[in-house]
Amino acid sequence: MEYINPMTLFFAAIFTNNILLTNFLGLCPFLSMSRQKKSALGMGAAVVFVMASTTALNNLVHYKILVPLGLEHFRFIVFIVVIAAFVQLVEMTVERFFPSLYFVLGIFLPLITVNCAIFGASLFMVIRRYDFVQSLAYGAGSGIGWMLAIIAISAIREKLQKTAKLPRGLEGPAITLIITGLLALAFLAFSGMIRVQ
Amino acid sequence: MPTLPPKKEIFLTGLWKDNPVLRQILGICSTLAVTNLMVNTLVMDVGLIFTVCMSSLTVSLLRRYTPMRIRMMVQTLIIASYVIIVDIMIRAYLPDISEALGPYVALIITNCIIMGRCEAFARHNPPVASFIDGLGMSLGYSLVLIAIAFIREPLGFGSLLGFRVMPESFVQWTVMIMAPGAFFTLGIMVWILKYFRPQKGEEKG
Repeated sequence: MEYINPMTLFFAAIFTNNILLTNFLGLCPFLSMSRQKKSALGMGAAVVFVMASTTALNNLVHYKILVPLGLEHFRFIVFIVVIAAFVQLVEMTVERFFPSLYFVLGIFLPLITVNCAIFGASLFMVIRRYDFVQSLAYGAGSGIGWMLAIIAISAIREKLQKTAKLPRGLEGPAITLIITGLLALAFLAFSGMIRVQ
Repeated sequence: MPTLPPKKEIFLTGLWKDNPVLRQILGICSTLAVTNLMVNTLVMDVGLIFTVCMSSLTVSLLRRYTPMRIRMMVQTLIIASYVIIVDIMIRAYLPDISEALGPYVALIITNCIIMGRCEAFARHNPPVASFIDGLGMSLGYSLVLIAIAFIREPLGFGSLLGFRVMPESFVQWTVMIMAPGAFFTLGIMVWILKYFRPQKGEEKG
């Protein structure tokens, strides 16, 4: 496999290979948190930070600890534990030193452990054999891509709530899924720009 | 201890009444990712059924010995262990499908259905009931996946399980095998179900 420039990877992860719109990851929090723009923004920011850090961290753990010891089979458990521990650590640090930031992001951090996009990014990182810098770029890009999608959807949903009269049964998750489909269709327009897998 | 509903009732609740995908909108990440081919869907279903049933059973067996505060961690580790077994089995016997499914087998770990069942049911109830609850929920999930694949594969590839079902002149709807098609299919299915059977405690969105 040829080496992909980390910068290319970063933009590819945001636009052409958006983790939510092409890989369907992180849909559960996406649907439940996208009702308001404010909470979408908080959740998105928390995801960007955690995803960039844990993808890079798991890269180190995988290649420096698991591979030399021949424990690759246990990487699922190890990754989950790394993510959970990291989130816990961040939560405590933020609460202690940046109370005002904690007020904004605090409630979103525990939810992140179960966000499959975070775990998925680490798995893709292993399958596609990224090195450390690539993992960092990929994690940050995926996080930003996820944030972009959730903010776009929450803005549309806020408008819908005020103005639209939806047919019976279409309100709630159904219309959100269909709008997400349209958004994914729009993002397909980027797909000619960069080619990563 | 509250009395349990009969086993059949528990089973049917998961299978249809509270269907995890269509009703609770849980675990849809993998629902959408693997349903462009029927074969992938079936393999995923088997893996998920095994994981849900076994982790519900294990969590239920350990329910008296698990400290409350660390129960989430314990549940995650139990689930992850079973998923590793599934992953190794699929890689050993079905290497092609393992390649196609990519990270989605491992993502069973973060599938909210499993965690949800462990939290909501298995940790308060005896093993047999938990196992049946897991079976009902995972079969309900599988049925929806199969239904979605049944729509997407013929329209997207013109085939079903690799056999051609559409006439030669049929122009394949490429969009159905890509991401937007998956969102549309699931959105419309949820809509149809909600139209005919509105839920109690309706949420606005």
